[in-house]
Amino acid sequence: MNIFPPILILAAAFLAVFGEATFTLPRQLLGAQVDLLPGLMVYAALYAELPAVALLAVLGGLWFDTFSANPLGLTILPLFAVGFPIYLRRDLLLRDAPFAQLVLGAVASALAPALALLLLLSSRQQPLLGWGTLWQWAVMTIGGGLAAPGLFWLLGRCDRAFGYPLRQETSFRPDREIQRGRNKL
Amino acid sequence: MFKQKNYFVLGAVVFVAIVLLSLPANATARLKRVAGSWFLPLFGLASAAQQLPADLADSVLPRRELLQQVDQLRRENQQLTSQAVQAAAIARENDQLRTLFGWQKTVPWRLRLAQVIARDPANWWRTVQIDKGTRDGVRENLPVLTSTGSLIGRVSSVSYTKSQVVLLGDANVGGPSCRVSATVENTARDMGVIIAGDPLDHARVTLTYLASSANLKPGQSVVTSGLGGIFPAGIPIGQIVDSRPVEYGLYTEARVKLNANLGSLEQVWVLFPDK
Repeated sequence: MNIFPPILILAAAFLAVFGEATFTLPRQLLGAQVDLLPGLMVYAALYAELPAVALLAVLGGLWFDTFSANPLGLTILPLFAVGFPIYLRRDLLLRDAPFAQLVLGAVASALAPALALLLLLSSRQQPLLGWGTLWQWAVMTIGGGLAAPGLFWLLGRCDRAFGYPLRQETSFRPDREIQRGRNKL
Repeated sequence: MFKQKNYFVLGAVVFVAIVLLSLPANATARLKRVAGSWFLPLFGLASAAQQLPADLADSVLPRRELLQQVDQLRRENQQLTSQAVQAAAIARENDQLRTLFGWQKTVPWRLRLAQVIARDPANWWRTVQIDKGTRDGVRENLPVLTSTGSLIGRVSSVSYTKSQVVLLGDANVGGPSCRVSATVENTARDMGVIIAGDPLDHARVTLTYLASSANLKPGQSVVTSGLGGIFPAGIPIGQIVDSRPVEYGLYTEARVKLNANLGSLEQVWVLFPDK
């Protein structure tokens, strides 16, 4: 089993959570912080194995909640709820098409915070909600969608740079070989 | 589509999430501290990277400018020293008068500077993390101010090296929140409670439960009332923007423009009661 992709995805999640907590420019410009974890979850669900998807949900969710006032473990379920169906249907998805990556990233970035808010409200928490939340949700959806192809490109490059190299297919086909000499006929 | 392995992994993730969500508060806080400590090297790197340009700028500053700065700081220091002497004399006089009238003595406070190192990545909470923790004497519920002395929130949880500060406008009932009893500086000294603000507007909060007869005018200052036992009285919060009666005139609600911009906090002061 190649353990590099899961490590790469977890390292990216670790850095993404740290970046979201310390890089405040999107929040200052747009009024909302863009979450990169749903986009990463889409990548993991399309390219990695299920244990990696589960690890990303658990560790990514834990790290996110560490910086947040969320109850610890709240983000795990929304992340996994986004990644698991994509993993199950990944053979039907055009994962190499940037438009598909963008759409999947946007859908995941819209669903994950909505599910997290639903869980919060059902656990008698009182998050800061208002009409502005719709704007924040739109920013998170569009921002997450736009970030997804970039994440796919970056992680793909890292995977190719540090992972096992792709086996080059040879153009030689034994069934098309021209046999020479009379004895072979 | 649904293989046995898929069921197993799904069950495991749900189990882990449920276990974490049902942990008691102190265990959760401990786990958060442990998970947060993984990020300490990154915080160190980030602070070193931020410090580097400042160090470089300092190293190339001309000597004449440095001497001018030293002169200016010396003058400011002399002024502040004389003001401190006057303040100490006033405090002594205040203490004597309080003793004469039999009033309770006020507890003096001291300040400690802290750096804001992270913000809440979730858009529905207003919390920040500062680089002071239990090793610096920080504990829960200490008030936190801006460099200009305006209230921004209170310490909600503490670890060894950092603390979480919940900011004004975060009025979560089920978790850490920052509800502040506040007084409007008008003739009637109307009192209310600072509650949630708008998710997008980090500069305004709502002051509610004011008396229906409250005579509020835009621009009136709002300060802490001292009730509630967390915030000392008289810390500036902001100014009244407008007000309106709510619940069929049962009480009045006002919008308050905060003195502090909660969206761009860098350095804050933690207020410690003096021993």
